[in-house]
This record gives sequence, structure tokens and C-alpha cells, in this order.
Amino acid sequence: MLKEENKIFKNLYNNLGWTLEDSLKRDDWSNTKEIISKGREWIINEIKISELRGRGGAGFPTGVKWSFSPKKIGSRPHYLVINADESEPGTCKDRDIMRFEPQKLIEGCLISSFAVNAHTCYIYIRGEYYNEGKRLQKAIDEAYEKKLIGKNACNTGWDLDIHIHFGAGAYICGEETALLESLEGNKGQPRLKPPFPALVGLYGCPTIVNNVETIAVVPTILRKGGKWFSSIGRPKNTGTKIFCISGNVNTPCNVEEEMGISLKDLIEKHAGGVVGGWKNLQAVIPGGSSMPLIPQDMCETLKMDFDSLIAAKSGLGTAAVIVINKDQDIIKFMARIAKFYKHESCGQCTPCREGSGWMWRILERTAKGEATHKDIDLLSDVTKQIEGHTICAFGEGSAWPVQGLLRHFRKEIDKRCFSEPVIKKRRNVPYLVDQHLLEK
Amino acid sequence: MSLKKVYDKQPESFEFTKDNLDLAKRILEKYPKGKEKSAVMPLLYLAQSQNNNWIPLAALKYIGNYLSMPYVNVYEIATFYSMYNLAPVGKYFLQICTTSPCLLRGANEIVKVCQSKISKDKDTISNNGLCSWTEVECLGACVNAPVMQVNNDYYEDLDKINTEKILNSFIEDKPLKPGSYRGRKNTAPEKKQNNNGANNA
Repeated sequence: MLKEENKIFKNLYNNLGWTLEDSLKRDDWSNTKEIISKGREWIINEIKISELRGRGGAGFPTGVKWSFSPKKIGSRPHYLVINADESEPGTCKDRDIMRFEPQKLIEGCLISSFAVNAHTCYIYIRGEYYNEGKRLQKAIDEAYEKKLIGKNACNTGWDLDIHIHFGAGAYICGEETALLESLEGNKGQPRLKPPFPALVGLYGCPTIVNNVETIAVVPTILRKGGKWFSSIGRPKNTGTKIFCISGNVNTPCNVEEEMGISLKDLIEKHAGGVVGGWKNLQAVIPGGSSMPLIPQDMCETLKMDFDSLIAAKSGLGTAAVIVINKDQDIIKFMARIAKFYKHESCGQCTPCREGSGWMWRILERTAKGEATHKDIDLLSDVTKQIEGHTICAFGEGSAWPVQGLLRHFRKEIDKRCFSEPVIKKRRNVPYLVDQHLLEK
Repeated sequence: MSLKKVYDKQPESFEFTKDNLDLAKRILEKYPKGKEKSAVMPLLYLAQSQNNNWIPLAALKYIGNYLSMPYVNVYEIATFYSMYNLAPVGKYFLQICTTSPCLLRGANEIVKVCQSKISKDKDTISNNGLCSWTEVECLGACVNAPVMQVNNDYYEDLDKINTEKILNSFIEDKPLKPGSYRGRKNTAPEKKQNNNGANNA
């Protein structure tokens, strides 16, 4: 369990107030000038020592990412872009940071902008978070007024402007290159990498894209030292993390905990246990809907961090724990996730655009008990056709959960897929391509 | 990609009001010179708020001219992103999250309440012309599931009974306050256990 003094987000539930005045009492902005005067190298090195890994889902080491940014500003300006397009089903941590700890984010923006040589920072917030964006804008205005950002921000000699840009309901804009496209005023369709945004990003300029939580923990790490951060959690999976526990638990909540906490502790101690008791647990999705689910028998000893979840053939993702108990129909649940991906595919790559629809239709058939035994192999084949054949990771994100279902709940699916092939039954199915074969 | 229907009765012309022109100028200042195209998304929002929460085609042309970008690019953006309404919606536009975490806690019940109180089909304006509802994907408040967004506000921790209350308030044009409807503080864990529904998925 994380000690109270080691918590970074002390105002996660807004018990202490969100304004600048309240934030100053929580040590925000207390020695920003001193931190920045230690220089770029020191900041990046300290973040490397802390072993902070990106909190947006991929878990890339933040210090390493920053060091990719060119050391000196060349002919093109540098940008820092904060990814606040939090749309992964199950995830709602950035919303709380923007509502209740905005100064942590703004201070993080200043320090990180300095570290990557950026004078302009864009915060890309999903369009649905209108009120959260307004709150953040208020906090930014307060910071401008107190000269914490703007020209000669915080007396450090560094100029920084922060702008908010609202998205408009596209999940794919959470992918960093799609986000940049959207920010440039295009459809949010991901770009091919390389070149990586660190060299060619927003408007073709060097750009560092980071998640809200990653940036918001930076000031505290630098204040308390990288060693302090890396002493929490496990090696390579250090620090604290906000977990969002939703689904069939008694008291769903957001909670800040150390990395590597056991899943059982997380659910029982913080979320009031599974509805109907631990034995009633069917499966858990440990990191937002893009990660494969984990069945109950594996949940007993599971540790919540990047590496141990990869070992369990899943992933930490955004640390959004979705708990599913035995009262739910797991196939219907997965069909709904597949529908989400069908709806949100940007349509750029054929395997994903078409495949996501295929997966949804097959799962929907399976849930209704109308699928045939051949459909299972077809489903498995479709997921393999999508995985690895798309520009961005959305392909994997949509295929992995279905693969997880096939891996762990094969028996459940087999039970449902007994019906005769449609061709034999001579049923009139509107989407069947081979319909003419039936009409003899 | 979402299917979008463009409204068949389009107004002839569209122009920003004077206040909105000032706002548009300030929006343009956020982006570097020569990159005015970036402002297309905020300007579409501006047009939407000026025109009763939906965007006519004339506005797309107007914004295209304003930013000197081709009309088709603006059209492309307005149809790609799901939050731009290209057909009229109710004064109270209810968006019900039905993605998995909300589904697990009974989002289907909320949809049923909307069907009986507002209109049978989604995206249809109610008889009194005040409300319309639609299903949306994850709203990002999964810990407070099920959630619904009405215009810009989130109504959280819903169940059948309080959704009916909230919907009645919209139908009578006296909206209730947004926030949690189980009296909890933001995303903090509750003391009392509370499960919405048993087998929802």
C-alpha cells in the first residue's frame, strides 16, 4: 500500500480545492525556478533515474523520449503537446487531474517545455471534456496572472505559452500522430512512423507528445528526486499510478497506488470487492479495453505493472481496471467492445476498417447463438489479419481483446457456436455476399 | 467512422455574429502564422454554438472561406468527428454512454428510459421539440458509470429511477444540476456499496 506522504495527487477527489491558492499550499510551484536553473541535462537525467514510463498506455521511458528532442533549436521551433484525449474505455484519470490538480499539469508543462526546448505547448483535450477544459483554462489564466507562465515564466527567463485545443469525439486522436494531424486541422488519421514526432511532428517541427499524468508527475519527481520515485514500486516499473477501477465492483473509484500492487488488493481494499464476492469474478481487463482480458484463476496473484502484465499476455495500458463478474455474458460484453472499435476505426487502413466490422458481426452472431463452429476459426483468422498490418496500434488494440477472449473463453464460445451454416439453412441474410448461391 | 446524415432543409447563408468574429480572431492567434487551418475545429464549434447546436452546410462553406481552405476539407472534418451535428438536435441533447464499463452497470436501462420518455428512435427530436438523445462511445467517466452527457454537462452514477427524474426535468425545461446522482464526491470510493443492476451485459 502506498503511504500517504508518497502520494503525488493529494487532491484527487477535490477535498482540498483546485485553485492556484490551494495548490500553492500543496507545494506546487514552490521551487520551480531552482529546478529549471539546474539545467536541461539535469532534468532529463533525473527523469531517467526515476525510470518514469509514459502513463498514456505504451509505457515508453519519458526521459529517453525527451532526449530524442534536438539539443538546440534549429530553424524550426519545438513544440510540447499534451495528450488529454482520454478515450480508452475504462479510463478517467486525466479528467481528475485536469479538474482538481491543474497546477501540477501546468507546472509540469513549464518544466518539460524547458527540457525539450519548446516555447509553445498545446493541450489537446477531448471535446466531451468541455467543463474540464474550461476549468483548466481558468487555471492557466490564473498562472498567467501570477506570471508563472508567459513571458519570462516564473522568473526563469524561459517564455512559454499554453493553448488548449479541443478534439471532437474521435478515439483515434489519442494516437500521437493522429493527434498532431487533428491539431493541424486535418482528419485524425495516424501518420507512418518513422519519422517520429520528436524530429518531425506538429507542423513538421520537433514535437514531444506526452500524456497528462506523465507531465503532471514531473514536478514532484524533480522536487523529491528521481531516486525517491524509483524507490516506489518495482525495478523498471517504478513510481505511483492512478488506477481507475470500474465495472462490477462494489465501490468503483479512482485511486493512486504504487506500481506493482496486486490486483486483488486493488479490487478488495479500494473498490470494495467484486459484486457477489471474489469467487463471483469472471475476468478482469487490466488496462483499458485494448488489452486482453485475464480470467479469474490468473487474477489471484497478478501484479499490476507493465512487465508482469506483459508476462500474463496482457498489458498495463492506461491502468483502467474493468471488472466483470459471473453475472455478465462475457461474449456480449466483448461484442460491445468490438462495436466500439468498429465505430472508432479511422478508416485509413483496410485490415482495420473492414476487420473491425467483421469481428463485431461475428461476435454479435456468437452472442446470439447464431454462429457456426467455423466462425470461431474465422474470427481468430480475422484478428491475425488485422494485427501488425496497420499504420498505428489501433489494429492491435482492436484485435488483442478478441484474441484474449478466444484464448481464455474458448469453451464458452464453443458452447454457443453449434448452429448450422447459413448456406445449409437457406436463410436470407442481407449481408451475406454469397446470397446468390441460395437463390437457385 | 460514424455515419452522418446531413439535414435536408438547409439555410441559405451563414455568417458569424460580431462577437463570434472577435472570438474567431482570438482563436486564430493561438496558432502560428500560416497555419490558420488548425483553427478549423474550434471554428466549427463556434458555428455549432451559434446555430442551436448544429452546423449547416453554409457554415462549412463560410469557415472554408474564412480560413482559405477548400470546402471539401471542412466538410471532411465535420463528417469525420462525431461531435459536430450536421442535423438539428434538441435544446437538451442527451448523449448516453453505452460502451462496456457503462454497459456493465446498466446503460441499457438508461437507453430504455430515453426511448420511452423522449423518442423511440435515437437522433429524433421529442414531440415537444426540447430533447433528443443518442448513443455515444465512452465518455471517459467510467468510474461513475453509467453516465450521460447533456450538452456540456455530465450526469453520473445514474440508475433507472433518477434518470427518469432527470429526463422529466428536461422535458419540463427546468434542468436538474449535473454531477453524481448517488451523492458521492467525484471519483472517491463510496462508503455504502451500491450496485446498479445485476446482469446487464
